[in-house]
Amino acid sequence: MNDKPKIIIGLIIFFAVFTFPFWYNHGAVSSAPEPKLSDKAEKAKHCVRDTDYMRKEHMHLLDGWRDRTVRDAERVYEIDGKEYMASLSNTCMECHSNKAEFCDKCHEYASVDPYCWDCHKYPKEKK
Amino acid sequence: MNVNYLSSLLAVVVLGLVAYVGAGIAGLQGVFGIFIPYLAVVIFIAGFVNRVMGWAKSPVPFRIPTTCGQQQSLDWIKQNKIENPSNLFGVIARMFLEIVLFRSLFKNTRTEIVGDRLSYKWVVWLWLFAIMFHYSFLAVVVRHLRFFLDPVPFLVKFLEQIDGILQVGLPGVYISGITLLVGAILLLLRRILIPKVNYISRAADYFPLLLIIGIALTGLTMRYFTKVDVVKIKELTMGLATFHSGVPEGGLGGLFFVHLFLVCILVVYIPFSKLMHMGGVFLSPTRNLANNSRMKRHINPWNPKVKFHTYDEYEDDFREKMIEAGLPVEKE
Repeated sequence: MNDKPKIIIGLIIFFAVFTFPFWYNHGAVSSAPEPKLSDKAEKAKHCVRDTDYMRKEHMHLLDGWRDRTVRDAERVYEIDGKEYMASLSNTCMECHSNKAEFCDKCHEYASVDPYCWDCHKYPKEKK
Repeated sequence: MNVNYLSSLLAVVVLGLVAYVGAGIAGLQGVFGIFIPYLAVVIFIAGFVNRVMGWAKSPVPFRIPTTCGQQQSLDWIKQNKIENPSNLFGVIARMFLEIVLFRSLFKNTRTEIVGDRLSYKWVVWLWLFAIMFHYSFLAVVVRHLRFFLDPVPFLVKFLEQIDGILQVGLPGVYISGITLLVGAILLLLRRILIPKVNYISRAADYFPLLLIIGIALTGLTMRYFTKVDVVKIKELTMGLATFHSGVPEGGLGGLFFVHLFLVCILVVYIPFSKLMHMGGVFLSPTRNLANNSRMKRHINPWNPKVKFHTYDEYEDDFREKMIEAGLPVEKE
């Protein structure tokens, strides 16, 4: 019995699947998105926490805000002696008013689909 | 305590430290982030082809399926078409159930002496842990495609939705990540705690399990606890997938490189180890052959050409002399 042709076909199928990312992107250059800061955010210089923290942990921060606000009615977030209103719509989106340019760009790139806006409103985008 | 799993554990810890020190502290991010992943893929492909072609060259002259059911016989005897297939259709059904549902693990039994009697008991745990582990691993691998594809295709997003259906915490908990870790730990505990299994387990059995536990732990830690900048990581991985590799500005954390390096080790390790069962399951002659030896003559393909002199020919040669001598002949 000689099954070599069948085995080789099997191998080719396996490697076609295995190398899927290489030919799906077909060598196109893909660059990471840069979230666009609004003028107001540029002027404010710093967010509630530093940039590195916000890039990595903003979801964790917001999750904490939500739980404290909804469950314990604690609406104030205090850090470094400053007080902020713990609110996505009112605090975050006051500066980062453009959801498409600021939030969605990275979320889409990293295939993250947060359900913030199931409940929250975001400012209308100017086209 | 057992030298087999301690040495495997030590190996995984040392490998993790190598990546942590190499990329995180010494700053060799290009080596650990670009060179080693590419090298791992090349070794994987070459090793995989080599191993499979080695099997393809191995002679399988006869039908050697392991069967546990009635083989095809007279019309009024009911054949077990899946346990004892006699045609291609049966073989495909059998292989499908084996590969997709791990049917032979499902038949796992435990042999014990109960009182003064030998008893065999059906035990489902191995099958349960194995199926949990393998499908979680598949889900995790498919989910990781989000780092290598841009735009991310619908199927990957759909899986993320299903996997994150619990909507617990932020970033949301993926069920598969946890079941992968739990499954691997249960399989490891099985080897450590059951004396009979422990007796036949060697370092090569513990190492892959510990390696996968290491990968799962670093992955879960990054996602849920220490956090990483996912956009930067995708910058690196997309660079790998599009052959425009570069280490993103500012570099990445040491833990990420531990995760990546352990994955590279796993990928390299596959073709040279028992993990090759991912290819081997398709090629086991005790599973993928139809039991049709009684219907079809299978001739060993490398038999030397033997010059036969059949009885008919013999009789043709000597017929007259045989008749003369009074010997019986087939044809007058």
